[in-house]
Parts: sequence; C-alpha cells; structure tokens
Amino acid sequence: MSVLVDKNTKLLVQGITGKTGMFHASKSLEYGTQVVAGVTPGKGGQKVLDDRVPVYDTVADAVAKTGANASVIFVPPPFAADAIMEAADAELPLIVCITEGIPVNDMIRAKRYLEGRNSRLIGPNCPGIITPDQCRIGIMPGYIHKPGKIGIVSRSGTLTYEAVHQISSLGLGQTTAIGIGGDPVNGTNFIDCIELFNEDPATEGIVMIGEIGGSAEEEAAAYIKANVKKPVAGFIAGVTAPPGKRMGHAGAIIAGGKGTAGDKLEAMRDAGVEIAVTPSDIGEAMVKAMKN
Amino acid sequence: MKIHEHQGKELLRAEGVPVPLSKVAFTAQEAQAAAAELIEKTGSEVVVVKAQIHAGGRGKGRFKEHPDLGGVKVVKGADTAGEIAKQMLGSTLVTIQTGDEGKKVQRVLIEQGMDIAKELYLGATLDRASGRTTIMASTEGGTEIEEVAEHSPEKILKEAIDPAIGLGDFQARKLAYGLGLEGKTARAFTKFVAKVAHAYDQLDCSLLEINPLVITGDGQVLALDAKANFDDNALYRHPDVEALRDPDEEDAAELEAKKYDLSYVNLDGNIGCMVNGAGLAMATMDIIKHFGAEPANFLDVGGGATAERVTQAFKIITSDPNLEGILVNIFGGIMKCDTIAEGVLTAVKEVGLKVPLVVRLEGTNVQLGKKMIEESDLDVVTGDSLRDAAQKIVELVKAKK
Repeated sequence: MSVLVDKNTKLLVQGITGKTGMFHASKSLEYGTQVVAGVTPGKGGQKVLDDRVPVYDTVADAVAKTGANASVIFVPPPFAADAIMEAADAELPLIVCITEGIPVNDMIRAKRYLEGRNSRLIGPNCPGIITPDQCRIGIMPGYIHKPGKIGIVSRSGTLTYEAVHQISSLGLGQTTAIGIGGDPVNGTNFIDCIELFNEDPATEGIVMIGEIGGSAEEEAAAYIKANVKKPVAGFIAGVTAPPGKRMGHAGAIIAGGKGTAGDKLEAMRDAGVEIAVTPSDIGEAMVKAMKN
Repeated sequence: MKIHEHQGKELLRAEGVPVPLSKVAFTAQEAQAAAAELIEKTGSEVVVVKAQIHAGGRGKGRFKEHPDLGGVKVVKGADTAGEIAKQMLGSTLVTIQTGDEGKKVQRVLIEQGMDIAKELYLGATLDRASGRTTIMASTEGGTEIEEVAEHSPEKILKEAIDPAIGLGDFQARKLAYGLGLEGKTARAFTKFVAKVAHAYDQLDCSLLEINPLVITGDGQVLALDAKANFDDNALYRHPDVEALRDPDEEDAAELEAKKYDLSYVNLDGNIGCMVNGAGLAMATMDIIKHFGAEPANFLDVGGGATAERVTQAFKIITSDPNLEGILVNIFGGIMKCDTIAEGVLTAVKEVGLKVPLVVRLEGTNVQLGKKMIEESDLDVVTGDSLRDAAQKIVELVKAKK
C-alpha cells in the first residue's frame, strides 16, 4: 500500500522538452513509472525519450489522448503558476510542481484557482513524491528508497534524502515519501500528508521533517496530538538560524519572532513526537518511537 | 530585498499614496539646501532629519559617536538641519535591529514637520496560514507591531484579500470605522488603504508597512514612515525596484554569492559549511552547534553545482576572517559525488587550504567520489555520516587551538 501514487499512476510531464524536464522524465521512466505524455506549448506532435513519450501543446489535449492522472511541472518560474492552473483546469487529480522561485503573488492566485476543484497540488519548490519500486514523480534519487512501512513528509529536499537513506539503511523502508516544498504558499501541507499516512493501513510509522518559518509544524503537531495513534518521529532544521534571514527557501525565515525551531520542537514534543536531536538521528528516532 | 524609507515613499507617492514633502540628502550641504527649500514651500520652520538605514527602531536608536542623538530629529531652521545631518552622516546608528555593531548612516531624509493628531499602524503582508495577502491595521501606531501582537492582539484588525477580487471597499471601511475614524478622515483612510493594497500587489512586496500612518490636525491621512520589502522571486519583473538596491546595506560576501546563484548567509561562527539543499544546509549548521561549535555561514550550492560554482563557494567561505575549519556535506541525488569531489579538489588546489577540511559524501557514485578524495595528496578528511563528519571537523578545529 501507499498514498497518492502507485504503479497505476499515469504521469504527464509539463515542460518535458526542457533540460531538467527531459532528464527527470527519463529517470522516472527508468524507475518504472508510467510516463504517458509530455506537454510543451508549440512542441506538440513530437515524440521524445526514444519515441516512448508523445508531446502535446496543451494539458487538456494530453489528458484526453492518454488518460494521464497526475502531472509533474518543470516549467520556469515566470510560467509555473499558469502551468499549475492549466493542470487543474484539465482536472488532473494530482499536480506536483518542482519549480523553485515562483513569485508569491503568482502562487496566491494559483492557490485561489485550485479552491473548489478536485486537484491536489504538491509543492512548489519540492523534490516530489515517490512510492518505492512503483512510481517516482520529481527529482529524488530513486535508488535510496526501499519499499516498507514508514511514511515520510518533509519541507526540504536533500534533508528528505537524508531521512529516507537512514530509514532504508535500518531496514524499515517507506510506503511513500512526500516533499511538500519550502515555499510560504504551497498546496498539500503536513496535516494533509499525515492524515493520509494515518489512514493508510500499510504505514506503521510517520516521519515529519520541518524547518523554521511559518506555523505549519505547530498546526501538524496539534493534529497529531488529537488524531494520530501511529508512532511519529520528527526533526526541525534551523535551530541555529538567525532571525530575519532567509535560509535558502523562501519560506524558511524567522519573522517577527515567529516560526523559530524552538516553538516547533516544543509543540511536537507536546504531541508525543519523538524528536531527532541531530539530522543523523532521524532513523533512530523512528525506531525509538515504534518501540514505545 | 529591502529598500530605504525615502525610496519606499517615492514608490508610494507614485501609486497615489499621500506622503509628506521630503528630499533625500547625501551631504550636510544637500541637507541644508533641502531643508531651506522645504521651509520656503511649507512656510514652517520645522523639519525632520531622518537617518536612512534598512534597520528599524531608528527613533529610539542612538549614534555611537553622538550618544545624545537619535536616528530621527525634529529641528527648526535649515542651518540646524544641516548641522544635525553633518553629525548623522558617516556616524554609526545602533538600534534594536542593527545589533551592537550598528549601521553607518550614508544618507538622510529631510522631511516637512507634521501636525500630528493621531498615529496609526497599517501593514500588508502574506498570511501563510490562509495563503493570502492580509492587511493589518491598529490604533497602536509608532510601536512595533510584534509587540502589539504579543500584548494586545485584539488591537490588530485584519482583512484577508481575495486575489480574485482585490481588497473590497467594504473591507477598507471595516478597518476605517474599526479604528474609530469618522467623516472625511474615514473616507481618506479608506482610499489610502486601497492604494496601499494595490501598491503591495503591483510591486510584488513581501511587506509594506506604514508605521506610523498619521492623521494630521486638519484630518489629512499621510504615510509618515514607509517600510517596503520585496519578494526576491518576483524581482525579475521589477527592474526599477532592483535598481534601488543599496550595496552598502548588504553583506559583501552575500552579494558576491548571489552573482553565482549561491544561496549564502554570513554568520558569526568559525566553521564554514558547503551543502547542497537549503534544509540540509540548515541541518548541517545545527549539528555543528550540537557538537559545541558555531557555523560561520549558511551555504546552499544548489542542485546543479558545477566545479566552477564549487570553487566560487570555496572562495566565499574562505574569505571569512573568522574561519577555522570547513565542512562539506553533500547528499548527491542527481548530483554525482565524483563531480562534487572533482569540484572540491580543484577548488582546494586553486584557492589553497589553510584550515582543516572534512568532506562527507553520500548518494550517487559515492564510492568513486570518496576514492578520488582519498587518493588526492591533499589534506582532506572524509566523514562517513553527517554525525561523523560534524564531530571530526569540530575536533580538528579544537585540536588546532
């Protein structure tokens, strides 16, 4: 079992003819993902990746011809919010936006456009989502993932790999790993993912990896306290980050004394989350949480 | 990105937001002339000299060189304005936001004195929980909004803007009457708020704060201060805003890093870090601290780091005079570890290495990458895990002392 994506997921790649889009579409194909279509306006009619993937001008056309049910977006920042709305307009149930650097105002509008529609957005500025050995959507290194029983949700990219690697090395493996991204306005949040993992019978434990900025981790902690019986392990990056400085991610900033790592850790501890003291202890924290 | 008060006011004026008459000055002579011009225009001898630095808290701040002088001074007459400007320019202003080192003042704003009846607060920023721009207004003008939020949150009125509609007139009215304004002042405030909301959206701000917004004795509504921060991701469509950047207010190393698309933040510690990915970079700083040392910087080389970028990153890290050790932590996903190893080795050969260097590689082609580092004749220590690498660099730095 898994959440959101599995071997039946039919993936469409928006921005497939760009360098990054093409590279990761080929990696997803190699991983065994069904990559059924690509979209680049003006490049419709071509076939790419050894003639395996047809390219269309619009998402609506690609969905009509191929039955795609998920999209991944590798479109440059100025056009990415529009690409998200195009995918939602085509009624794709899952939209994963990898693009980093989308203006906040564009995302505010895209998020408004998604209201009342049946599309779920993951990202933007995220590594994507993967169900080991079934479906890889995004930019993560596939080989570090192993099928198993832990659900992972994270705001960071490479820090997710760190957690996945530890969980795989300890022999636990993952049901699904989801990177929700480091932007201040995004689609799917911690609570959405934790809820999915909580309801997934194959998921026996949950790892959540947060970072400074905003209050999504505190809200997730409150949700866990009220609803989650499964063991949860967590880590927050940015204990040493100074206030007022953007730490790489647009969303990773302590503003007006809010969003510090200390507040988040306190809320998580209070919810019974096993805290990894260092990023090297995430796997061990999960093991400990499962024993308790 | 941040700009100065005088620049923020120019942008607001262009959007039709009422601001007092003012002029920026870079020398005492310019300040004196600007004040004389203002006095002639307004017929009032009262002018305000305001130090222009990016940090807030200027009014309550004090100059290191002139302990009795704050960053905002109300004076009478052009000559006095010139004298005060002379004291401020080139001096260091310390406020609660600058830290103890303070900030050197390079420009002052000469502004007309206002007959202030009431000071209010007005701000616009993103509310992350709702994913919408939110207007905040309060009767507690002049104080830090964070303080108001902490001690009397009920005094902050909020209106979230639906991006499909924009700020509704009714929302602006709710704020005006909620603040206790009446008559033509309420109407002027309503227009003012609409223009501020429009400016925030049009200019892709991340924060637009008017604190204080003042009501004058004759009922005018004016922006007495203006603090504008901008969404870095949207600067590509605002070259006019980008042009307002003041390099004197920014860290030289951070500016240099920006040229090479490196995400870098200078910190106070002594162990330099080079990491791929923002979350892992923060986590690497944290683990250094956990083992009893302090990180010298945050540096994310990004996913597409080439040997050239790694070299640049090294140059920036090693330019820090406090540097006593370097930790490279790479979790190669798409990025191959041998590429990173090559970049690091090239960088070390080019830049030289005066401090201990620990490299931790994980991910794609890790064996090849480690082998390249072990076989090089350079004095580089490898770490097996993030924990191992962090412990090693902290110990090496301590051993050298």
